[in-house]
Amino acid sequence: MFISMNWIKDFVDLEGLDTLKLIQQFSLSTAEVENEIFYKGSDISGIVVAQIMSVEDHPESKKLHLLKVDAGDGKLTDVVCGAPNVRVGMKTAFAKVGAKIGEITIAPRPLAGFESFGMCCSENELGISDDNSGIMDITEDVANGTDIKELYAIDDIVFEVDNKSLTNRPDLWSHYGIAREFAAISGRALKPLEIDDLTQYNSLPLVDMKIEDPLCQRYSCLQFANISRNVSPVNMKIRLFYCGMRSINFLADMTNYLMLEVGQPMHAFDSRKVGKIRIKRFDAPLKFTTLDNVERNIDENTLMICNDNTPVAIAGIMGGLDSEIVEDTTTLTLESATFDAASIRKSTVRLAHRTDSSMRYEKSLDPELTTLAIARFVKLLKDYDSTVSIVSSLTDEYAFHYDNITLNFDKAYVDKYTGIEISNDTIIDTLTKLGFTASVSDNNFTVDVPSWRATKDVTMKADIIEEITRIYGYDNFDVNTAKSPLFPVNMEQEKTDEERVKDMLVKRYNLHEVHSYVWNYYDELKALGIESKGSIKLLNASNPNIETIRESLIPTQLCQIKTNVGFAPEYGIFEIGRAVTGIDENNLCIEKKFLGTTLYSKTKDVKALYFELKDMVETLVDELKHKAVTFKKAQATSDFEHPINYNAILCDDKVLGYIGIAHPTVSKKIDKRAAIVFAQLDMSVLASIKNASITYDEPSKFPTMDIDLSFVTDTFAPIKKAIENANSPLIKKYEVVDIYEDENSKSISVRITFSHPQKTLTREQVQEIANSIIDELKANGIVLKG
Amino acid sequence: MKEQMEKLKIQLDEELSLVNNLQELDAIRVKYLGKKGLITDLLKGMKDLSNDERKAFGALVNELKQSTADKIAQKTQELKEAEIRKEIESMPQFDVSIPTKLDRGSYHPITLVQRECERIFKSMGFTVEDYSEVVTDYECFESVNIPKNHPARDMQDTYYLENGQLLKSQTSAAQNAILKKYGDALKNDGKPIKAIFPGRCFRNEATDACHENTFFQMEGMMVDKDISISNLIYFMKTMLSEVFKKDIKVRLRPGFFPFVEPGFELDISCLICSGEGCPSCKHSGWLELCPCGMIHPQVLREGGIDPEEYTGFAFGLGLTRLAMMKYGIKDIRDLNSGSLKALAQFTDDE
Repeated sequence: MFISMNWIKDFVDLEGLDTLKLIQQFSLSTAEVENEIFYKGSDISGIVVAQIMSVEDHPESKKLHLLKVDAGDGKLTDVVCGAPNVRVGMKTAFAKVGAKIGEITIAPRPLAGFESFGMCCSENELGISDDNSGIMDITEDVANGTDIKELYAIDDIVFEVDNKSLTNRPDLWSHYGIAREFAAISGRALKPLEIDDLTQYNSLPLVDMKIEDPLCQRYSCLQFANISRNVSPVNMKIRLFYCGMRSINFLADMTNYLMLEVGQPMHAFDSRKVGKIRIKRFDAPLKFTTLDNVERNIDENTLMICNDNTPVAIAGIMGGLDSEIVEDTTTLTLESATFDAASIRKSTVRLAHRTDSSMRYEKSLDPELTTLAIARFVKLLKDYDSTVSIVSSLTDEYAFHYDNITLNFDKAYVDKYTGIEISNDTIIDTLTKLGFTASVSDNNFTVDVPSWRATKDVTMKADIIEEITRIYGYDNFDVNTAKSPLFPVNMEQEKTDEERVKDMLVKRYNLHEVHSYVWNYYDELKALGIESKGSIKLLNASNPNIETIRESLIPTQLCQIKTNVGFAPEYGIFEIGRAVTGIDENNLCIEKKFLGTTLYSKTKDVKALYFELKDMVETLVDELKHKAVTFKKAQATSDFEHPINYNAILCDDKVLGYIGIAHPTVSKKIDKRAAIVFAQLDMSVLASIKNASITYDEPSKFPTMDIDLSFVTDTFAPIKKAIENANSPLIKKYEVVDIYEDENSKSISVRITFSHPQKTLTREQVQEIANSIIDELKANGIVLKG
Repeated sequence: MKEQMEKLKIQLDEELSLVNNLQELDAIRVKYLGKKGLITDLLKGMKDLSNDERKAFGALVNELKQSTADKIAQKTQELKEAEIRKEIESMPQFDVSIPTKLDRGSYHPITLVQRECERIFKSMGFTVEDYSEVVTDYECFESVNIPKNHPARDMQDTYYLENGQLLKSQTSAAQNAILKKYGDALKNDGKPIKAIFPGRCFRNEATDACHENTFFQMEGMMVDKDISISNLIYFMKTMLSEVFKKDIKVRLRPGFFPFVEPGFELDISCLICSGEGCPSCKHSGWLELCPCGMIHPQVLREGGIDPEEYTGFAFGLGLTRLAMMKYGIKDIRDLNSGSLKALAQFTDDE
């Protein structure tokens, strides 16, 4: 919203104050001001009122005229002018030789064979409207040679307030509301609005008007006739233009002017078309053509202004084409009303049509404004058009009243909330300047909230704190740390685990951390032949591609691997991210935080890569929990999983996650020759596994003894079991030292290390334990290699 | 005999001068000092001598033995040193200009920025909270004083799920749960609530270089008796100075957010020009950085905390924006692209 400082100064005397500083202070105390400040009129000078004394056609040009103008300097000046509206006796804006318009300095110059000593200007050229149809037609009775800036308020400082920062302040959608803030900031008084006394029309007939719907909070209207003026005063047009609105005609300009001045949207109907005003909703959808000549679909939730049963306007949004004021309109009905804010907002969303009017209604306008705005309207109308007559009494139905709000609080509350000392006098003074009625007795404050702040904005004492402090100025605050006691801070296990996992995967295994979206990208997955699986869908995905929330990180990672083919012959990625694996009995999503890891290699075979990942998982759990994991064959359930070598990862009998190989169909679509393996761990299960504490084992002073045993077996599992079953405290560790495989058989060699804390072991002692292992395996059909 | 001894000495010196390695030297040692060596041989002629002569001769032979042993020892040392010298000289000069192939993993830039922020807040006694991405309407809106008709609830802003839940549109969705989690410790033990909650947020909007539907925020709050606006400014200034590693000026402007009262927009002095005005800050000298404010009494009440007794502040920081500022990332979509060309550059940054 654009704000004209000239307009503000109508209501508060800012004489002697630095306007730019005030605007900056406004930005810090009230609402955000956009960076660019507009110095209107600063780029024109030397433009005077001049009268056209003679007009001759140019001998060769149909467009050009040869003028002699009187610019008040006691001589006639020759000007060549191309405007179509030149006529003898007309007064216009004339840029004399030496005048400046923007970058141009006017100088004598030949034009189509004739010398021209100056330029007649259009309003557009002066920057005061977008009218470029001809040169300015000055109707004021003013001496030739008068500087145009003395005649019109062209010089102005205009700034833009960010509308978003005004969402909670319906009172600031007007110059008068903004002026109140300037008054509080500058410490100057706010002048009352000059208004007409509407009670003088009480003897006139009422308008036939009735609110038939609770969405209309208040409806006020007044009829008048005999408007003779059609074009707005220039200064009014300039203000409208500076504030971003086009001049249309006097009446339309007046309603816009009032909206910008006091914040109340108004609408004027042709009284012939609107004799029986009814405000209501229709039971069935209908089509309605608004005054911008667009046919719109109105549904049964949209509040309408009607002439009996014929809709004439969409309440609070836009008037209709049929009831618009036209050339032969003689009697007008002026509407000034308040509607339910949420209803207007929803209607604008449904209609996809937002107007200056609806923007204001959405903010919860003060219903007290309706009659005030009419009284101001009539005052200005009479000022500008002496023939006008009021033909009805003020007709006003006030259906919904906001509660009066009185707030009580004590000084201690202000001290506690601010953390600084603000005096009682400052508090009372600030609140009074902002229109609150405030008093204090024995450090207890009583504050009445003015109607324009009481529609939703100020409802509780914390709101008063804001009023006091923003005017006090946050830059003026003493800044202090809190006096709160100190306590040790503990981190959640899951968070600690997460950070360590990241460090390990990045630092030890050189993996790359990636992020991805929480939904399946249908197209990307389809390209890899993966079905988008998920337990739940988005209701309002703007993109049908992202409807389903993913249930695993791995499909996303396979897509990312595809993205990165060519990045390196071998790399791995990981993400700690979310997925939804199901819906619980309360119809809530079961959200899991997973660690997903996928490795890709063009140089290793799939077995080597798989074991690298397996090693990673085991090391990770050992590092975090000092515990071993086991792997258990599992059933692959998704189309991207290779059915063989799909294993559950277990620790403490809990399923931590799964490790597997990408299904060949998927794998081949990513890269024909690469190996791709993946694992996914549930971070909350990982966090739930207790960290085994370190038990210190006094190192033995006696030598250890190794024994190597080779068994004919396909798998190490029974050997491990037999060693553990031997349950000997002398066994310190065991490791696989060789795996031999030919067409006929496979054998695994294990080295068992023995040690005794108090003595040197004999070969016999060690062999005895080894024999128990050998015997157990033999009983299971596993023999020593011959 | 003496003559013979002199001859031996000369012979030894000559042979030693020709020795090239330890094996040859050992042969000389055996030849002279061995059990059947030349010097032992000398003693054989002693049986023909008188006692006195024998004694004198014996002493001479021993002397010769000793001097021979010394010479050999000396030669041994020389040869060893020569060998080390040779080994040193044989070492080639390496070409260290050959570049190393750095095979390093990488962190997501959000992780790096998030860790930095977490470190700062942990050092000031804040806990770090994690929260789910799928939340209820109550968590995201109702509990943080966003009434039913607030535009933030409009379908076009929030991703709703079939079951009525939604993808959290703001980290504030965790506020209520955190107030409840630590409320008892606050009320019973006087332990202030000091928490930050980084998390991923979702907004249903079209994406371009500056807009993402999935981004990271970090919210923080502190609740205790007597927490004031003055404290809020202090914490914001201290924290942001740490984040940007320079003394930051902060400026508060009124801002409207339903979950705070008063609410503020916080600006920081421009990082590029320090407030002088430059193209980066549109010549204003300030950068709008984060919303903050005093926690709305209704939010405290809904979290089970009496707003008459306790007050608090809250703030939100755009982690995604911070990461983009810190690393000069121009296209926000790079962050979720999974593209290692972009992401593999972020090795550790501590």
